[in-house]
Amino acid sequence: MLLREAKEILNAEILAGEEYMEREVKAAFSCDLMSDVLAFVDDKVLLLTGLTNLQVIRTAEMLDLSNIVFVRGKKPDDEVCRLAKEKKMVLMGVRHTLFEASGLLYKNGLGAIEIEGE
Amino acid sequence: MAESEKTIKLEYEVGKEEFSKAGLASSNIKKVLNQIGIDAKVVRRVAIAAYESEINIVIHSEGGKITTEISHDKIIVIAHDKGNGIENLEKAMTKGFSTASNEAREMGFGAGMGLPNMKRTSDQFSIESSKGAETRVEMIFNI
Repeated sequence: MLLREAKEILNAEILAGEEYMEREVKAAFSCDLMSDVLAFVDDKVLLLTGLTNLQVIRTAEMLDLSNIVFVRGKKPDDEVCRLAKEKKMVLMGVRHTLFEASGLLYKNGLGAIEIEGE
Repeated sequence: MAESEKTIKLEYEVGKEEFSKAGLASSNIKKVLNQIGIDAKVVRRVAIAAYESEINIVIHSEGGKITTEISHDKIIVIAHDKGNGIENLEKAMTKGFSTASNEAREMGFGAGMGLPNMKRTSDQFSIESSKGAETRVEMIFNI
């Protein structure tokens, strides 16, 4: 799914990285636990989260993950947006809950990541 | 010195409870590894492990440092803090076990995945610690 399609489905506001909306994401991961994001997520994944602090951007940076949707109407502060822009990331904000935003994307064809077994 | 014997050493201080700076050291390590042309998959594994170490030092310790040594065939990351140690290493290595503060949890950490993540991403992992002592984690990544 292209980011611009995700933006339309979610009726999202672009907070950073407007020039990268033609990027494609292969799957999505919804989570507020950054350690779980670090454990399970690869690049080309759209991260949906309710956390808006600097560590979300740092976590994404380590994973080469470039696309983040903030849910529940939360918006990161300027410093977070600045770092995201520096790292060529796309940040979007939506009013939906994490559940609803995930459901809308899933219904429109964006799948989940695969979790490796033990 | 022969080409294969050259090593690059990076060292970063990590402060206690400096949540806003957490990730800076790992970000720099990642940048250097990319600059010298290390394979992207290896870089990501090192970055994840270094970042989890950095977060652990910020959350759990009295401060410490992260040292990275890059040689022709491997990358060694050492996270060494000033204490106060881990009481039960076996528990600490268990997925989901955490003693993190509320502040750490609000930042998205404290899921009990840090040490398991570090072990998973590295080729060799060792940890030395005891209650009241320093903690030293050494991770080796083959290039």
